[in-house]
Amino acid sequence: MTAQAVLFDVPGPRAQRINTIVGAVGGALLLGGVGVVVWGLRGELAPEKWAPFLDLDSWVYYVYPGLWMTLQAALVSVVLATLLGFLLGMGRLSHNRAVSWITAAFVEFFRSVPVLMMMLFAYYVSLFAFKLPGELLPIAGVIVGLTLYNSCVMAELIRAGVHGLPKGQREAGLAIGLTQGQTLRSILLPQAITAMLPSLVSQLVVILKDTALGYMVTYPDLVRSLQNLAVVKGNLVVSFLVAAVIFIVINWNLTAFAHWLERKLARRRAGGRAVAMPNLPVAPNPDEPMYTDTEQFEDPASYTR
Amino acid sequence: MLELIRQYDILSAFLATIQLALVSSLGALVIGTFVAVLRVSPVRIFQFAGAAYVNLVRNTPLTLIVFFMFFCLYTLLQWHISPMSARSATHAFQWGVIGLSIYHAAFVAEALRSGVNTVPVGQAEAARAIGLTFSQTLTEIVLPQAFRGAIAPLGNTMIALTKNTTVVSTIGVAEASYAMKNAIEFSPDVLYLIFFVMATGFVVLTLPMGIAFTHFSRKLAVQR
Repeated sequence: MTAQAVLFDVPGPRAQRINTIVGAVGGALLLGGVGVVVWGLRGELAPEKWAPFLDLDSWVYYVYPGLWMTLQAALVSVVLATLLGFLLGMGRLSHNRAVSWITAAFVEFFRSVPVLMMMLFAYYVSLFAFKLPGELLPIAGVIVGLTLYNSCVMAELIRAGVHGLPKGQREAGLAIGLTQGQTLRSILLPQAITAMLPSLVSQLVVILKDTALGYMVTYPDLVRSLQNLAVVKGNLVVSFLVAAVIFIVINWNLTAFAHWLERKLARRRAGGRAVAMPNLPVAPNPDEPMYTDTEQFEDPASYTR
Repeated sequence: MLELIRQYDILSAFLATIQLALVSSLGALVIGTFVAVLRVSPVRIFQFAGAAYVNLVRNTPLTLIVFFMFFCLYTLLQWHISPMSARSATHAFQWGVIGLSIYHAAFVAEALRSGVNTVPVGQAEAARAIGLTFSQTLTEIVLPQAFRGAIAPLGNTMIALTKNTTVVSTIGVAEASYAMKNAIEFSPDVLYLIFFVMATGFVVLTLPMGIAFTHFSRKLAVQR
C-alpha cells in the first residue's frame, strides 16, 4: 500500500483540474525559490567557472586522486568494520554473561560517540602514543574512526538479524545435539548474514559520506582535493557541485543495488520457507523502499532491550 | 579531571552542542514536515519535488553541505542573517544550523512518510466519507497519527543530528569536538582522559534520548 493511496481517491475530472492549477502555481513557487538561489550564484556558475572541468588535468590531478582516496578509505573501513562487527555481534550473542556485557558496553559506548571525535582521537593517539610518521596519520585517523563506529552498527545488525530468525531454528539446532555455540555459528549466523547483506551495502553509503569528515584530520579525500582545485581556479561553488554530483551518483547506485539485492533475497526466501527479518533497517516494505540509511534508522528498541 | 573541564571550558562547549542540536532539530522538523507533505500530496509535481529533495540531500555528505553554506554562501557571496559586523563565530553558528537543518530534514521527511504508512487506509477513507477535504484529512486525521507512528525513526534522526553537530566544527563553531581537538593539542599527556570525558558527554546526551524515544514510541503508539 503506498502512502498516496492512503490519503486520497483516484482524482476525478474536477480534482484533476484543481490539481493541475495547484501544481502549476506551487511548481512555479518552488522553481522561483530555486531560481532565487541560482540567480544569487549566477556569477559563480558562469561558463568560465566550469572550464577547469573540461580540462583533463583537473581530473587527473584533483578529481581522480580525491575520489580514489575516498573510495580507498571507505572500502578498507567497510571490510575492517565487517570483521570487527562480526566478532562484536558474536560477543553480544554469547551465552557467557561477562562476554556479552562487556561487548554490549563497548558497542553502546562507541555507537553514542560521533565519528568525527573518534577520527580526531585515533589521529592524536597515532601521533602522540604510537608516534606514526606524519604521512600515515590522516589515513589512520579516518580508517580507525570509521571502523570503530561502523563495527558497532554491524554488530547491532547481526544481533537484530539473529533475533529476527524464527525460534524453531535455534531449537532445532539444540534438539539435534549441537551446543549453543555450534547452533549460533552453523545455523543462525549464516541465515542472519545473508539477510543483512542489503543493510551492509546501505552502510557503505553512510561510510562513503563520512569519509568527508576526514577533512578535519587533513585526509586528502574528494571534498578536500576539489577544494584545493577551487583555490587554484577560483571556482569553489562549481567544484562543490561537482563533488556533490559524484557522491550522489555513487550513493544512488549503491542504494539501488541494495534494494535489488534485497528483492532477490526476498524472492529466494519466498521460494522456500519464510524467514521473517522484521528488525533489519533496509526497506521494511519492498514496494516502498524508504530506509536506506542505517545510521539514521538503527532499531531504537535496541537501546533498552 | 574537574580542572581539565574548567581549563578548556568544556561545559560551554557542550552548551554550544546542545544549542546547535535544539535549534537544528526544530529547523529539520519544519523543513522535513513540509517535504513529507509534498511527497504525499496528490499533485505530481509536488511529489517529484519532495522525492528529489530527499534523494539529493541524503546522498550528499553533511560536511559538503555545511561547507557550501559557509564557504560559498557566506564567505564568497556574503549572504548573512546577522549584520556583517557580527562575530565570525555567530555567522558560522547560523550557517551551521541551516546546513544541519537542511541535511536532517531529508531524514525527518522519510521518517514521517514511514509514519504515514502506519496509518490504515480505513482512517483516510472514513475521513473522506464524512466529507473532509484533503487538507482536513491530512491535518486532522492522518498527520497526528503519522507523527505518533514516526516517533521511533524521528528519535533516531534526532540522535544522529546531535552527534552530527560535531561536523560544524569544520567551519569553526566552538562545540564539543572543537574543544576536544583544542584540549588534546595543548595537553597531549592526558589524551585518553580528554577523549573519555568528551565521549562520555555524548553518551550522557544520546543514551537518555534513545531511552526516552523508545518509551514514547511505545506509549504513544496508536492502539489498533
